[in-house]
Amino acid sequence: MSFWHFLQLNWSDLLLRVQEHIVLVFIAILAAVIIGVPTGILLTRHRSLRGPVLGIANVMQTIPSLALFGFLIPLPFIGGIGARTALVALVLYSLLPIIRNTVTGILGVEPSVREAAVAMGMTDGQVLRQVELPLAMGVIVTGIRVATVIAVGVTTIAAAVGAGGLGVYIFRGLRQYDNNLLLAGALSAALLALAADFLLGLVERQFSFEAKRRAGLARVALAAGVLLVLVVGISLWRSSGGAGSQTASQSRVAVGSKDFTESALLAEIVAQMLEARGVSVERRLELGGNLPHEALVSGTLDLYPEYTGTAFTAILHHAPISDPRAVYEQVKQDYASKFNVDVSAPVGFENTFAILVRGAEARRFNLKTISDAAPHTTQWRAGFGQDFMSREDGYPGFSKTYGLKFKEVREMDLSLTYIALSSNQVDLIAANSTEGRITTLDLFQLADDRHYFPPYEAVYLVRQDSLARVPALREVLAKLANAISTEDMRRLNFEIDGNKRDPKEVVKEWLAAKAL
Amino acid sequence: MPQESTNDPLVQFHNVTFSLPTAANIISDLNLTVEKGETLVLLGESGCGKTTTLKLVNRLLTPSSGEVRVEDRATTAWDPIALRRRIGYVIQEGGLFPHFTIARNVGLVPVLSGWDAARTSERVRELLSLVGLDPERFAERYPRELSGGQRQRVGVARALAADPPLLLLDEPFGALDPLTRASLQREFADLTSRLGKTAILVTHDVREALILARRIGLMHKGRLVLLETPERFLASDNPQAHAYIETLNLSDGGAR
Repeated sequence: MSFWHFLQLNWSDLLLRVQEHIVLVFIAILAAVIIGVPTGILLTRHRSLRGPVLGIANVMQTIPSLALFGFLIPLPFIGGIGARTALVALVLYSLLPIIRNTVTGILGVEPSVREAAVAMGMTDGQVLRQVELPLAMGVIVTGIRVATVIAVGVTTIAAAVGAGGLGVYIFRGLRQYDNNLLLAGALSAALLALAADFLLGLVERQFSFEAKRRAGLARVALAAGVLLVLVVGISLWRSSGGAGSQTASQSRVAVGSKDFTESALLAEIVAQMLEARGVSVERRLELGGNLPHEALVSGTLDLYPEYTGTAFTAILHHAPISDPRAVYEQVKQDYASKFNVDVSAPVGFENTFAILVRGAEARRFNLKTISDAAPHTTQWRAGFGQDFMSREDGYPGFSKTYGLKFKEVREMDLSLTYIALSSNQVDLIAANSTEGRITTLDLFQLADDRHYFPPYEAVYLVRQDSLARVPALREVLAKLANAISTEDMRRLNFEIDGNKRDPKEVVKEWLAAKAL
Repeated sequence: MPQESTNDPLVQFHNVTFSLPTAANIISDLNLTVEKGETLVLLGESGCGKTTTLKLVNRLLTPSSGEVRVEDRATTAWDPIALRRRIGYVIQEGGLFPHFTIARNVGLVPVLSGWDAARTSERVRELLSLVGLDPERFAERYPRELSGGQRQRVGVARALAADPPLLLLDEPFGALDPLTRASLQREFADLTSRLGKTAILVTHDVREALILARRIGLMHKGRLVLLETPERFLASDNPQAHAYIETLNLSDGGAR
């Protein structure tokens, strides 16, 4: 699909994201100005505070944004997931340039001018309002301008905590290797940053005493201001209308997912099934890193899909074991006692490492298991992703367990291994077992007959209090037990990643076909 | 030292010492009386304490010991804002606010004192005319659009705006070219005598001191070493005064 065609199809959604983005940046910068400028003024009056406060603001800015979001999620009032958390983080990032420039601007006022002001009999407040602030305004606006451009960038990361904005396109584009999505998100963000820079540049020139075209510029700045207020107004009006109708429902369920297609699909399936039973659903999909777990434990989410192996090793920190039953039981027990979270029955498929060969080879040599293939590997080249080469349950233990000796091992990007295998560049790869292209490229998954790979059964994690509050949850999760086969999941994944279809539609069709 | 006049004192320094914790005394044991209507010029080289002396009058600084009295009240007993509004202050280049028009600069103290717009505007026009600037041409301009001499005139007009009894001037003509300086000095001498203003002016230019002063106070290393009329200053055998008079002779010799 050409980028132009993509834009024609998606322009209204893209505009919505742009609007979300602008609103986030605008509110964050507004709050940062309201906090930062008075703080800066205070620092010019109290020299001893200057070092510590600027130091703290400085440290704030060096914290990686995803980490900052992670810290904020478990906190009461300011934490959680969604726009509020994103705003707190954005404000913290925006403070430094605003405070620093306020201090620099005011201290940079010509000493003779300040002295004259005091000697004229101005009070400290009059000196500040009539002399220092007007003369420092250019420098302060420069600070606001820098903060705004940074905020436009950081806001793209806010999508990871479910705050929306253009980051949604960028994250999705990265995951699905979809350049149109990436380009739409990144280009729009870049254009927004340029536009903000340009408009604030005009405002800045307002306060310089070089240009005489001030009246004309004032009109431009005013127009920009009006535009901004309009956008904010519209969105506030919209969100207040939306929020009003949503909070009315007692049985509202927040469904989360991790930031990859399969997780989002599993969440969408539950969401639609709940909606079909009259439960209103808040979707918090595509959350980055460890955020879904944090959000579930803190109560911001009611439920999200997880894999038993991930819960077992990454969250509960147990050493990997290979018995699926044992892993499931341990996870269920630990989650109940530690987090008051219930683990649903497995939904029917695993997303583990799948060792793949070409279907033609498998048929020719009659290969069923990895052990069957082991004797051939001295003639074979292997292609593995970086992740598989480095992780604990990856290549070193794998080759040892089966006694594999490859002619050559190539480390490459995971997404490229599929095409490398089907085009005879390599002969064996380690893929995700639910990858859609396994079917479409006629690849064959060898059975892990020595049970080397830990089990990664898909389950739903759901808060116990949510189960008690919304009876429909229990019914839906019971229906989903063993309902999704590996084949189903591959096909669903391929519809999204391969055919670039809308997840909501795909899920709707699938639910109808399965009569769920 | 015989006193020439028995007029009322406007400003008095009583045993004033000013020091900062980090340095030696900037002003030591200063006793000085400024009488109503006179122009007193404080003369001395950079760092001798003459600017500090000026700032002690309008309480930009307060004495470490001793007291400064203005209108027979210690500056520390004055409300600093009220004190400063009764004292005009002119510094080099005028210290004008670059973001205010000339009219707003001049009208600053009247506005701060709560005058209404019509009265302020009338006063601004009057003052601009007084310092030789056409109100029609200059009122709506900004300081950067004026020459150094014009800015200095505005600075004087601003200091006079609320009709204060006392003017403090810190090297007001220092940054000007010789011709402009000479004409402004003449106009200033004319203006103060016409308006009957008391002025304390700080300079390191002995010619300026001789032209403008009723009395010259010579300062050296934080002390007042001589306080005399210009005529007696020229005849003085004080070594510091003598050094200044010699520079005068040298440059006079060069000019002839």
